[in-house]
Amino acid sequence: MFQDIYTIWLREMVKFVRARSRIVSSLAMPFIWLFILGFGFSSSITIPGLPYIGFLAPGIIGMIILFTSVFSGISVIYDRQFGFLKEILVAPVSRSSIVLGKTFGGATIGTINGLIVLGISSILGFTGFGIGTFLAISFMILIAISFVAMGLIIASRMKSMEGFQMIMSFLVMPIFLLSGALFPLSNVPDAMRVISYLDPLSYGIDGIRGSLVGITNTGLVIDFLVLFGIAVGLISVGTLMFKKSTQL
Amino acid sequence: MSAIKIKDLTKKFGKFTAVDCINLEIKEGELFGLLGPNGAGKSTTLNMLATMMTPTSGSAMVNNMEISNQDSVRRSIGMVFQDPSLDDELTGKENLEFHGRMYHMQKNLRAKRIDEVLELVGLGDKAKFQIKTYSGGMKRRLEIARGLMHHPKILFLDEPTLGLDPQTRRGIWDYIQKLNKDEGLTIILTTHYMEEADYLCDRIAIIDHGKIIALDTPEMMKNEMGGDILKLETREPENLIKILTFDWIKQKNLFEGYLNVTVEDGGASIPNILNIASKAGIKIDSVQMIRPSLEDVFIHYTGRTIREQEADTADQMKKMMNQWGRK
Repeated sequence: MFQDIYTIWLREMVKFVRARSRIVSSLAMPFIWLFILGFGFSSSITIPGLPYIGFLAPGIIGMIILFTSVFSGISVIYDRQFGFLKEILVAPVSRSSIVLGKTFGGATIGTINGLIVLGISSILGFTGFGIGTFLAISFMILIAISFVAMGLIIASRMKSMEGFQMIMSFLVMPIFLLSGALFPLSNVPDAMRVISYLDPLSYGIDGIRGSLVGITNTGLVIDFLVLFGIAVGLISVGTLMFKKSTQL
Repeated sequence: MSAIKIKDLTKKFGKFTAVDCINLEIKEGELFGLLGPNGAGKSTTLNMLATMMTPTSGSAMVNNMEISNQDSVRRSIGMVFQDPSLDDELTGKENLEFHGRMYHMQKNLRAKRIDEVLELVGLGDKAKFQIKTYSGGMKRRLEIARGLMHHPKILFLDEPTLGLDPQTRRGIWDYIQKLNKDEGLTIILTTHYMEEADYLCDRIAIIDHGKIIALDTPEMMKNEMGGDILKLETREPENLIKILTFDWIKQKNLFEGYLNVTVEDGGASIPNILNIASKAGIKIDSVQMIRPSLEDVFIHYTGRTIREQEADTADQMKKMMNQWGRK
């Protein structure tokens, strides 16, 4: 079981390290967001007791983890299209191991990307390091796991990458924008706040922000418990859907 | 000992019956071919034996294990799929490495076996290149090597030479034969190429519309057809036809000025016929021997050529694929 999970995780890592140009291009976007929004809004948005970059950085960390993780999960579609999934499916390995290997692989990549963005934001003036960093990392891991699992669920229903743009527009972008990554949720209209509370990423970003700069909306304990529950739930559903989609 | 024992195996996709109550026994060490047009149910049968699909009804034993015993069966077989199933971004060696790990091979054994199988398919010098630099034939060879990594007792090959050029195909055939003859590996392949089944297989099952309609050695199948045809060219075919009245001549007819006679053993019959003709003073200008092909066998059993058959099943295939896509 562990050996199988490790094997599938290892493949994700080898491919991640090999695709260096992809890493650079995927990190260019959060850098641009941090740079332009950070400086652009810093004078017009005031958050009590915090420069805007301090508020924004945890949001952008959440963003990069969201994007890379969903993509990691959906990449099973590529495995299916290029046939490699068959090689995995015909091996004497349980479907759960495959899902866990894929999830942890994608989650590792997502978390590494999150840490890189944390590094970038410190260059741009973000100061919020300390014991909280470790707590923030655990939130990053939970965000990553949840959204890789969500990607796997999408991949088990979607047969080609053609629908990817639609997933980006109608699922991933709203999740990002409603999560309180760019602005505080405390001042938004009630209806919007309700939707935001249904957004798993809200708890993740609130958790990272709380751990790093001490500003939180829902409180770290609730953030952690809710996100943990969501991660476990999505992995379970993901495993079921994956099993169903590969049963012939 | 039988490597495979299939009993009443059936697979339905919705209303479409892909495999219809097949019974079959394959011996250890046999090179066995499932021959039939696209959509006949060959791949479905293979996928069920490899535990990739669950049968709708019936049962099958692979290496004396029920196919419901997924993991044990999987460990004892190697599978080479019809479509490529390599990771393009990984190197040849990494693909094999992944496979070895998935089959729980220890590190030392893995390294040793990777070298062995790469040697076997002549890819030792390409091991460190990414798959995207490989040609179609090289990919196929690496997939065969991968299927052998974990010392399976049976190797399944689904259309092993589909889409390869004739020269590469010949090379793959040699590897397949070498594995079967030298290593005693039981090999079960599907193909819709007549000449491939004829050249490689010890025994063939012809599958059509999910049913086995003929099962024998290629030689026996062709003998079923009544033997060889001798095409005799002569100026007086009418006279020749009159004197050729022997038991060993099964059939004779005039066609486009040639006299066609069907005999069991064409090679031995030629001198006989020449002798008889020259004694009767009939000059034979030329003799041509035609051995019946598997294509003839196929026409004999189905009443159609394999190509006509494919056009016919294309619709059903589409339906089946849709079913797959929806699941």
